[in-house]
Amino acid sequence: MPAGAPDLQALVQDSPLVEALRAGDERAFLGLVGQLHGAMVRFARGFVSSDAAAEDVVQDAWAAVLEGIDRFEGRSALRSWIFGIVANLARTRATRDARSVPLSALEADDAEPAVDPSEFLPPSHPRWAGHWASYPEAWPESQLLARETLARIRDAIERLPPAQRSVLQLRDVEGWSSQEVCEALSLSEINQRVLLHRARSRVRREIARHVQRRNP
Amino acid sequence: MSRALPADLVCIVAVERVTEYLDDVLPLRERTEFEEHLVTCPGCVIYLRQVRAQIAASAELGRPRPPPEEVTQKLLDMFRASRGG
Repeated sequence: MPAGAPDLQALVQDSPLVEALRAGDERAFLGLVGQLHGAMVRFARGFVSSDAAAEDVVQDAWAAVLEGIDRFEGRSALRSWIFGIVANLARTRATRDARSVPLSALEADDAEPAVDPSEFLPPSHPRWAGHWASYPEAWPESQLLARETLARIRDAIERLPPAQRSVLQLRDVEGWSSQEVCEALSLSEINQRVLLHRARSRVRREIARHVQRRNP
Repeated sequence: MSRALPADLVCIVAVERVTEYLDDVLPLRERTEFEEHLVTCPGCVIYLRQVRAQIAASAELGRPRPPPEEVTQKLLDMFRASRGG
């Protein structure tokens, strides 16, 4: 079952907006576009092979949203519903463009640990097996937020397998709750968290490599 | 399952719990174990800070950007048409 009870707070917040959209309030619509369009394109780009295809998908998604808004029942947050539409259209488009790779093949690397085991003392160590061989380096905030590092993080996210990328984008880049992400992607809470954990771990390794190179 | 003394959490296991810890979904016992581990392990404290800093940096990539003017206009036309305008 994807997610538990609906996020009541989100639903209550959404309902005036949904009413405004139904009533043809253009400012409400433009506000929603301003808030979500860029994120929708980034999200769609995780499934399809070009920026142009992502733009197409998102435009079709808006059309579907406008067509469906009168029937939207508010069982999920509005943005979860919208991104669910984007995900479906993007997957269809990816299949059509034959870029689709079986998800199982991409996401099956269950055994991948968060941190390379070589960073820990080996099981043979008499007292401290499994503890850090040497402590990780603290990351200076100024460096982490530097344009170059942010670009590195963006690249690392873009190289993630699609399901990990989708989850990480919505959770960490867009700042969604796990429940909203589960709703948008039809994932169970647990799968969502496993994907997030793998994705964050991979991106962290990229950052660590980058920071180390800068501060040898 | 109960033991008199819980075995000390080792770092290689602790790092696999960070995502659940930050989402506040660790069962109480594991959460306590994790927090007790942090008290004695500077390495895992740094690791947790790294992950938090990473999340904050990722959020910097998500600033909403308004779409190009022609896209906005096209969507607005679609909106008007859909509302029978």
